[in-house]
Amino acid sequence: MFGKDNKQSKDVAKERLKLVLVHDRSDLSPKFLEMIEGDIIRVIKEYAEIDEEGLDIKLTRMKRETDNMPMSALVANIPIVKIKDNIE
Amino acid sequence: MGKAIVITSGKGGVGKTTATANIGTGLAVLGNKVVVVDTDIGLRNLDVVMGLENRIVYDIVDVVEKTCRLKQGLIRDKRYEGLFLLPAAQTKDKTAIKPEQMLELVNQLKEEFDYIIIDSPAGIEQGFQNSIAGADEAYIVTTPEIAAVRDADRVIGLLEANGINSPKLIINRIRQDMVKRGDMMNVEDIVDILAIELLGIVPDDEAIVISTNKGEPVVAEDNPLSAKAFKNICRRILGEEVDLLNLENDEGKFSKLIKLLFSK
Repeated sequence: MFGKDNKQSKDVAKERLKLVLVHDRSDLSPKFLEMIEGDIIRVIKEYAEIDEEGLDIKLTRMKRETDNMPMSALVANIPIVKIKDNIE
Repeated sequence: MGKAIVITSGKGGVGKTTATANIGTGLAVLGNKVVVVDTDIGLRNLDVVMGLENRIVYDIVDVVEKTCRLKQGLIRDKRYEGLFLLPAAQTKDKTAIKPEQMLELVNQLKEEFDYIIIDSPAGIEQGFQNSIAGADEAYIVTTPEIAAVRDADRVIGLLEANGINSPKLIINRIRQDMVKRGDMMNVEDIVDILAIELLGIVPDDEAIVISTNKGEPVVAEDNPLSAKAFKNICRRILGEEVDLLNLENDEGKFSKLIKLLFSK
């Protein structure tokens, strides 16, 4: 009866604000994404040959599958050229 | 050597000019030599909020361009000892001043005054860059709304990028009745999100509208809650430890009723 709909509007505001700020703040430091990008490339390269030019990493917002709550997500699009076959 | 403080917010209409007028006046009443500076070129307003609009001869652009001497550009507020206004230009372009010129001006003012309170324009463009150019400290004004808090966060980042660290927060226009029923973010919520030091809270108060109508900063009055709020802020600026204003302290329904009965 007193489910989600009964949530105080200030809590909705606070939640939305927090999410939008994650985005805004990351816009302020592209360096942060660059660092993540560098580290991800390094790790993936251990296992696969990737197209570094086509790599795209961004912070975005999406709804969580379990409860449809909006959340921030780091989405990485990594074109794989070839999986290394010398991995046991 | 005085201290230069910029009052800024990002978003317009949150109460920067009102805060500037009241902090400036409040500090002067407490015995400091203060100049309030309007950097919103083209949209000057601090003069009317202070009630000094009829006394403007020269403005900040005249001073920077050396059309007049600094002393000629300053308007002395005759009501409060030690309070001066440097008005913005109304007819000139906002690119009329460069940040380097602003820095020079503020440094000059710092030799004369204890406090230089700089009212920043809305936005984050050149006018904003000018307003922060000479500032030692920044106070961020926000209201308990998503848009205002978001812009405040952005401005905090920009200030830090410009070497103005640890800005302080003023939360304006709090409606305690709405906070109470959970329909307005409370002080804790906002401080939690912005993660900067809280300088003060100001209630949404009719007395501000009335005092602005008259061109008399509310801080000079005794009774309004907003006047107490700004007095507290001024005392904190001077280094005093003052408890946060109790917004519940609002006049009860009963006294409102009495006022109503006797107001006719």
